[in-house]
Amino acid sequence: MTTTSQVAAAQAPDQADEDQPRKVNAGTADDRFSFAGCFVGSGALVWVVYDRLLPFSGTFGFIVCWYFAFLAIYVAVTAMSQPRPIVVDKLAGAVIQGGALVVFFAVLSTIFYTFVEGRHALIHLNFYTQTMNGVEPTAPLNHGGILHAIVGTLIEIGIAVVVSFPLGVGTGVYMAEVGGGFARIVRTVVEAMTALPDIVAGLFIYTVLIVGVSVQAGGLAAACALGITMVPIIARTTEVQLRIVPGGLREASLALGTSRWRTVWLVVLPTARAGLATAVILGVARAIGETAAVLLTSGETTFMNLNPINNPMISLPLYIYHGFQSDQKFAIERYWGAASVLLVLVLVLFVTARMLARSRPGRS
Amino acid sequence: MSVAMTDSTTPVDDDVPRSIDRGLPASDRVFFIGARAVGALVLVITGSIGLFLFLQLIPTVHAYGLRFFTQANWLPTYRQVGVLAAVAGTFEVAAVAVVISVPLALLTALYITEYAPSWLRGPLVSLVDLMAAIPSIIYGLWGFFLLMPRAEELARWLSAYMSWIPLFKYPGTDPHAAVTLSSVFGSSAAIAGVVVAMMVTPIACALMRAVFAQAPIGEREGALALGATRWGVIRSVVLPFGRSGIIGGTMLGLGRALGETIAVALILSQSFIITIHILQRGSLTISYLIATQFSNATVGQLRALLAAGFVLFGITLIVNMIAAVFITRSRSGAATEI
Repeated sequence: MTTTSQVAAAQAPDQADEDQPRKVNAGTADDRFSFAGCFVGSGALVWVVYDRLLPFSGTFGFIVCWYFAFLAIYVAVTAMSQPRPIVVDKLAGAVIQGGALVVFFAVLSTIFYTFVEGRHALIHLNFYTQTMNGVEPTAPLNHGGILHAIVGTLIEIGIAVVVSFPLGVGTGVYMAEVGGGFARIVRTVVEAMTALPDIVAGLFIYTVLIVGVSVQAGGLAAACALGITMVPIIARTTEVQLRIVPGGLREASLALGTSRWRTVWLVVLPTARAGLATAVILGVARAIGETAAVLLTSGETTFMNLNPINNPMISLPLYIYHGFQSDQKFAIERYWGAASVLLVLVLVLFVTARMLARSRPGRS
Repeated sequence: MSVAMTDSTTPVDDDVPRSIDRGLPASDRVFFIGARAVGALVLVITGSIGLFLFLQLIPTVHAYGLRFFTQANWLPTYRQVGVLAAVAGTFEVAAVAVVISVPLALLTALYITEYAPSWLRGPLVSLVDLMAAIPSIIYGLWGFFLLMPRAEELARWLSAYMSWIPLFKYPGTDPHAAVTLSSVFGSSAAIAGVVVAMMVTPIACALMRAVFAQAPIGEREGALALGATRWGVIRSVVLPFGRSGIIGGTMLGLGRALGETIAVALILSQSFIITIHILQRGSLTISYLIATQFSNATVGQLRALLAAGFVLFGITLIVNMIAAVFITRSRSGAATEI
């Protein structure tokens, strides 16, 4: 009895080892060593040739040459032991992963660099609670702040969303749920207007409202310009989101004798709610960073303005844009700080959108 | 019998099936009318903008003649108003952006769908979407402070050793000179194009990734079962399946690149010279022209700017339409309904 169980116990681990499924993804030792060897070897070769022998210098050129040298050596090394399809596969893998690495590095460097440059301004509390009213651009960072720009951004975006959300979602519902010949015309025009560059929308508002009807440049005009660019985008995304609501749900609701309106209100829209919220939040994230349209319509100011109809109102991107034209040390640090705050706003909106999208109901 | 016959025929005439369609309930009628009204309102608003822009062409051409389209200079004080340099510059910047961003977007999309481990896929998709949400002014700052000093180096190298390609030639400078103002190589269409590429990449990549991810699993497995390598699957299944997605993504990115303003305005310095030497300092795009000229423009010049804006809108519209054709042609929307 004891012997058999001991034998069984002794055999069990062996068997478990044998039963372990082989990892089909992992490469062989040959793969790993040839990769590492090519990586180091090409780096050393390029260092000798590029940095020592040829009259070149610079990190950027070094990395580019290193990458291409690596590709060449990697292909050669693989070709020594592998047939042609494998060599092509390895080369393609290296190119694809290298390209993706460049893109991800570029995004992360943008975010990282903004916060690194903005850190001087971000650590001052007054940066968030004061305005630039009466503060010289050359004043040190413990004077003044960007509260007026943050508030201006929020007011402009708020008005733009309040106006464009009902219009956009209404149009989307019309195109997806009502349909018909007229809806096709609306869709064509709305799709065409998504091509309208932001600056042209801003110029339109500038010409019609500010020069034409002499509305004061300020929050309202800026919100109109932002709204114009947002309506077609919201309408189109709404339509897309409503179209992916399974038709079976609609038919089930109608078969129960529900009216079309109640089907849309109680079945279709709740099913697409998370998708709609995501679309709107991403639209807002775009509009928050919008500079071109605001540049033409909102004017510039250094003090707090809560009134969108009178007097200019500045937003964060515009504050950065105007700050860019200055070369004072503190002004530069201040607009980098503003850029970091803007980036944080976008990140917060973005994460909210992601979390909403994750809890999406009605996914079949 | 005959009586019965007549009896049975007369009811047949009466036996018209009762209409079971009781018409729409009141709530539906209100809903349809309301939805149509919103649609019509949006149609009027957006349509009138397009029409308004188009109508600005007439007084502009009337005032400045057809030279508006063939004149390079935009110097209203000399009555020289033309969009040719701006259109050329717009295409130049957009072309550089597309040439850089489309391969990168393609590689990134392939990496996400084919190579990335599954736990990394979600975060990477989010990262690409986040890249699209980063404000263009931040890309502009990134380009001006981080990219431009390094790109100047590269531009000097290109103009020194690759100047046999006319694109990289920089007439009037000696890149081998011991001391050159490196800013000579800054603020060029090429650098602006690189920055715009940062904004184009996520848009093109998101569309390509969505299409690649829908490549039919059966065809993938078929290719693998026949002994294809990973690249073999990509080449024989994913890329042919996603071809229209690639073209659609490219055109969509091009449409975005044409209209980009702020990042270009931060990088470029204004110049009315039409040149194919993309490394040369200074260029002009339509959106940049509008951003710099609107503030001290008279009513007539505003009209001309609006007309220039219409030219830009027309170009983006055509590009987006081509994109739409390719996107709808892709099999991506062909999911089955339940």
